[in-house]
Amino acid sequence: MRVKALETILTEKGLIDPAALDEIIDTYENRIGPRNGAHVVARAWSNPAFRDALLTDATAVVSELGYYGRQGEHMVAVENTDEVHNMVVCTLCSCYPWPLLGIPPGWYKSDAYRARAVREPRKVLADFGVTLPEDTAVRVWDSTAEVRYLVIPQRPAGTEGMDEAALMDLVTRDSMIGAGLALKP
Amino acid sequence: MGGRFGDGAVVPEPETEVFHADWHPRALAVTLACGSLGQWNIDASRHARERLAPKDYASFSYYEKWMAALADMLVDKGVLTPDELAGGRAVGPSPLADRKLTRGAVAGVLARGGPADRPAQIDVAFAAGDAVRTRRHAHNVFVDGGHTRLPDYAAGATGRIVRMHGHHVLPDAAAHGLGDRPEPLYAVAFPASELWARPEHPRDEVVLDLWQSYLEPAT
Repeated sequence: MRVKALETILTEKGLIDPAALDEIIDTYENRIGPRNGAHVVARAWSNPAFRDALLTDATAVVSELGYYGRQGEHMVAVENTDEVHNMVVCTLCSCYPWPLLGIPPGWYKSDAYRARAVREPRKVLADFGVTLPEDTAVRVWDSTAEVRYLVIPQRPAGTEGMDEAALMDLVTRDSMIGAGLALKP
Repeated sequence: MGGRFGDGAVVPEPETEVFHADWHPRALAVTLACGSLGQWNIDASRHARERLAPKDYASFSYYEKWMAALADMLVDKGVLTPDELAGGRAVGPSPLADRKLTRGAVAGVLARGGPADRPAQIDVAFAAGDAVRTRRHAHNVFVDGGHTRLPDYAAGATGRIVRMHGHHVLPDAAAHGLGDRPEPLYAVAFPASELWARPEHPRDEVVLDLWQSYLEPAT
């Protein structure tokens, strides 16, 4: 395997610490993932002042929760409503808000998603089993710079009495990319 | 590849599936660790993947592209010799060894990230709501065939400014060792009908983050 060979040479040259690689992998396998984003979304649903601050300056707000970091240095939150459904893609590579959502899923990095999300987002949503109302506009954000986008999905009906922890369970990774909707309770 | 036809269905996957093969996390980690050696920036590494031979770009898997691009950069920058890479054995230690990312430094490096905004004096030419047109060709003005972040599908298109993000490093320069050259960066919204022959819906739009030099006023 090519990566093993490269790791071996680089370790011999004193350029790589295999223990550091383990640490990076553990971080993204076990510590940083979409539950961070779900925490942010659930709080935005529960707390109007937090929501307003998030929409105004997402970087500052998520930093306070400890979710600043690599590939999340410049965050913008966009909110789904009855009028507009937001969806995020990176057609040029695979830009994604790592501190909030972790490592992007395979489909996000696929040629099919990168090629199609900008031209036929509704057909792509259909691949995820999602059909939008006819009068909802789709706004696709192509992440062409170092700005990373977090979609705040619509809060499902019937969740009025739920606390932040219960709401978090309804926030899927795909819903924060705009490729899905939040789960119904 | 934005807008391309023929790629087939998008296949959803469970949230618990982070990596798809044992060597994928290793490839990610080796790439990040090598980035810490400071021999290139994120724009150069993106360009290294883009400049793989088109047939390789099309046939390599995601992390195969990362590994091929990393090997190219390590040789280009003289971190490894072509013989070392081909032979799979190091010939002597590297003078860059004191920059090695250690286990203890990982958390700090990932937490600090690498912000792309820079202090800059360049005047902000556009305000939210202004109509702008992108460059006719999605090309690098400094280096023929060089890196740019204007996708082909949005070249020569007219949209409107949604917001200004601040002054950000210009990838077209930074990818080629030409300095940061920070410029105002804007989110620009384009009606789907401006980009596609058959838009799905009259009110759909695509928003791209574009640097000021990619744009001119549209009337």
